[in-house]
Amino acid sequence: MGTAENVSIESICEFLYHEAALLDEWKLEAWEKLLTDDATYYVPPNDQPESDHRNTLYTIADDRERIRQRVIRLMDPSCHAEFPHSRTRRMINNIRITERDDDELSVAANFVCYRFRRHERVREYVGCYQYRLVCQDDFFLIKNRRVVVDAEELGSLGSVSFIL
Amino acid sequence: MTEKSYIIDDKEKNLFLLDRIAYVSEDLHDREMERIFGRCWIYVGHSSEIKNPGDFQSRYVAGRPVIFCRNQANEIKCYFNTCRHRGAVVCVERSGNKRNFRCVYHSWAYDLNGKLVGLPGEEAYFGEFNRDKLGLRSPAHFDSYKDFWFLCLDPDAPSLNDYLAGAKEYIDLVVEQSPSGTMDIISGTQEYDIAGNWKLMVENSVDDYHLPSTHSTWLKYMMNSGVKIEMPKEGLVLPKSGKAIALGNGHLTTDNLNYRGRPVAAWIPIYGEKAKPQMAAIRQELEERLGPQRAERVANTNRNLVVFPNLVINDGSSVTVRTFYPSGAGNMHVTAWALGTVEEDQDARARRLDAFLTFYGPGGFATPDDVEALEMVQQGLKNWREDRWSEMSRGMGKPDDEQLNSDEHHLRTFWRRWNELMTEES
Ligand code: FES
Ligand SMILES: [Fe+2]
Repeated sequence: MGTAENVSIESICEFLYHEAALLDEWKLEAWEKLLTDDATYYVPPNDQPESDHRNTLYTIADDRERIRQRVIRLMDPSCHAEFPHSRTRRMINNIRITERDDDELSVAANFVCYRFRRHERVREYVGCYQYRLVCQDDFFLIKNRRVVVDAEELGSLGSVSFIL
Repeated sequence: MTEKSYIIDDKEKNLFLLDRIAYVSEDLHDREMERIFGRCWIYVGHSSEIKNPGDFQSRYVAGRPVIFCRNQANEIKCYFNTCRHRGAVVCVERSGNKRNFRCVYHSWAYDLNGKLVGLPGEEAYFGEFNRDKLGLRSPAHFDSYKDFWFLCLDPDAPSLNDYLAGAKEYIDLVVEQSPSGTMDIISGTQEYDIAGNWKLMVENSVDDYHLPSTHSTWLKYMMNSGVKIEMPKEGLVLPKSGKAIALGNGHLTTDNLNYRGRPVAAWIPIYGEKAKPQMAAIRQELEERLGPQRAERVANTNRNLVVFPNLVINDGSSVTVRTFYPSGAGNMHVTAWALGTVEEDQDARARRLDAFLTFYGPGGFATPDDVEALEMVQQGLKNWREDRWSEMSRGMGKPDDEQLNSDEHHLRTFWRRWNELMTEES
């Protein structure tokens, strides 16, 4: 029996809330520590949410190294799109475990992420977080993080310049 | 009498100034819809987006909803997406395959030739009603160059071939990546709005002056990734010297030696060791087919092309086809696609897409900073009444063939044409 068998939904909720807090507080180095060494981060295009990044143009398709570079860029004051940093607040709910597989879990959660910037429109990113998590004793690591945005097009949301 | 000019174009003083009202006035936006978007050839789509009979894409072009489709005879067509009955759009899906477009309101149905082929209760019309005259309307002109399709709303317009003028050669350089000259718009569309005037995107797409400052984090990323980028030499703001070229009819391009890596046969460490032999093979095919000089241009130069007024093809970190429309003076919608050769294998395709995301698009390492810069310009322009003129004289006074991509010669080219169309007697 794998370690994923006994994972409770409460522990998943706690983990996702923790991750959301790190992202909203821009503690990106701490957030990176939640990732496996081969972690990936995907935002598929709005018109092809079910596609494969190897044959479809994504909004974001980061491997672990690209995530590392993304964090370096985001923490650099010359990253104009995010300096000063956007204020974000994410609401996460409808959290469910969709698959248990030895020591890995698939998890889905609905989210709303509000993004605020001075003198700019409020942007509401609404969608579904899809995770592949690796169970580590009492904790989890993120192996894949896929953010599916419900909007038909990014439109007035503009860029996905922060970690959504 | 010609109307007032929006530019000061003083060739004695080598001074070029632009009246900032051009970015902020709603009246000028309305006039642009008539004089620019109503008269120029405007990009609609690419043949590869509708490969089979019955395939269609519905989209907005120049503010008009249109259907771009392939009929049963394999001909590519464009119709206004407006029912001849009482005006509803007849196609609501983004894309798909159909035999008929049926209006949901009263069920008038049109075939792939735009013909009205069915309507409920035809016997209730007693007058001059003639269903043969009620097919979907088409733009005045619709034509293509190398699979890029354009419409034109002006019946008196020149042919597309004449209109494109020198831009054709720069489209050729992109298309020649493919052994058969056939490119694919790759699936996945990037659509996003920018709170800025659409002409700021024209400028930004070719303005290499901004690259070292706006994109310093991208340059750092490249260097972090083992890409050797030399520091600019005396008199340059960029690592390699490049040209800005006017191509006629308001079209313009940059043309510079690559320093950043290209999925078409200019390897950088970001692509990985495995890619080296694969890319060497692509390069070899190019040389055999095109000769060493032309192959070098295709493989190892970056070119950002603007087809007046609003089509951009950037052949840089990857190839992006990008078009944008104003929605009012202070906003635009951008649509961007990636373009690849039909011949490339899965690895080459994946590499091209990955390279795209290192720079372009709403999640890329460069485009979001462009978006930010453009929105900052639009914000600053709120003071246009008090601070009226934008300065665009960079490089002015040098001969045309010495104009750098970091000068503003190409921007002036765009604005001169824009000014001409906006002020000429109608
Ligand atoms: S408006 Fe289309 S059928 Fe009536
Ligand atoms: Fe830029």
